[in-house]
Amino acid sequence: MKVKIEVMLRDAILDPQGNTIKKSLASLGFKNVKSVRQGKLIEIDLNSSSSTKEKKNIEKMCEDVLTNSLTEKYKIKFLK
Amino acid sequence: MKIAIVVFPGSNCDRDISWAIKNISGKKPDYLWHKEKNFTNYDLIILPGGFSYGDYLRCGAIGSHSPIMNEIKKRSQKGTKIIGICNGFQILTESKMLPGSLLKNENLKFICKKIFLKVKNNNTFFSKKYKLNEIINIPIAHMEGRYYCSKETLKELESNGQIIFQYCNDNGSIKNNYNPNGSIMNIAGIINLKGNVLGMMPHPERCSEEILGGENGIKFFRSIFESIN
Repeated sequence: MKVKIEVMLRDAILDPQGNTIKKSLASLGFKNVKSVRQGKLIEIDLNSSSSTKEKKNIEKMCEDVLTNSLTEKYKIKFLK
Repeated sequence: MKIAIVVFPGSNCDRDISWAIKNISGKKPDYLWHKEKNFTNYDLIILPGGFSYGDYLRCGAIGSHSPIMNEIKKRSQKGTKIIGICNGFQILTESKMLPGSLLKNENLKFICKKIFLKVKNNNTFFSKKYKLNEIINIPIAHMEGRYYCSKETLKELESNGQIIFQYCNDNGSIKNNYNPNGSIMNIAGIINLKGNVLGMMPHPERCSEEILGGENGIKFFRSIFESIN
């Protein structure tokens, strides 16, 4: 079973990469872009097929290693 | 005086800092590989600059889980002095030994140049040889040096005198114009509440010998040597 973890900087934190992308889009004519935030995607393949069993485990991975709770937030998505 | 320098895969300032310490004190520090779990007592343990684990995931994140870090945390609680410079600072925040975090520079550039720092607290093991508000010229070399912390943490850092170094200009003015990376309140270096763990982005080991272009870092090392002797 695969798990996708989307990691984004928290809303209050300046994201200079997102801002640069926004400016680039505007210069290419995409004028209706209000804001851009850039994050990262982590894909994990588990030796398990039970998302209920693994949910806590994945959350622990996120809290302990995969994200920094001060600056980042995350969403977990189990794929079938 | 026993000093150890931790070597992570990707550390690249370990030899520089060893050289600086040997040059100033005459004593050569030991190197400790990051997988060490049992090692002799040291007065000071240094986490050097570099790119531990290639900065993968987040700077310092994987290094903060290296086997040696559990023991370093335990020893810091017992009072062993710990210094993290640049990537070492990032490892200390990721391991929660220091509050806050270091984010990508606001201008998205790797900045490698000499800047000015103001010594905001000289009543510490690491800064006692400097005068209060002394301005020092020192190199920085980083891509992720934007210090960030919550408003509550910032208040605590200020009221407890935990902010040791702030970016400034050659006259000591601490304004955003003289902030190279977007750090909150121009913060370049902090200590923990107990006062035995210091993290800083600038590199004192790169300005501790005239041939390197400056000697402003010598007082940093002399402060520590005096504290542990």
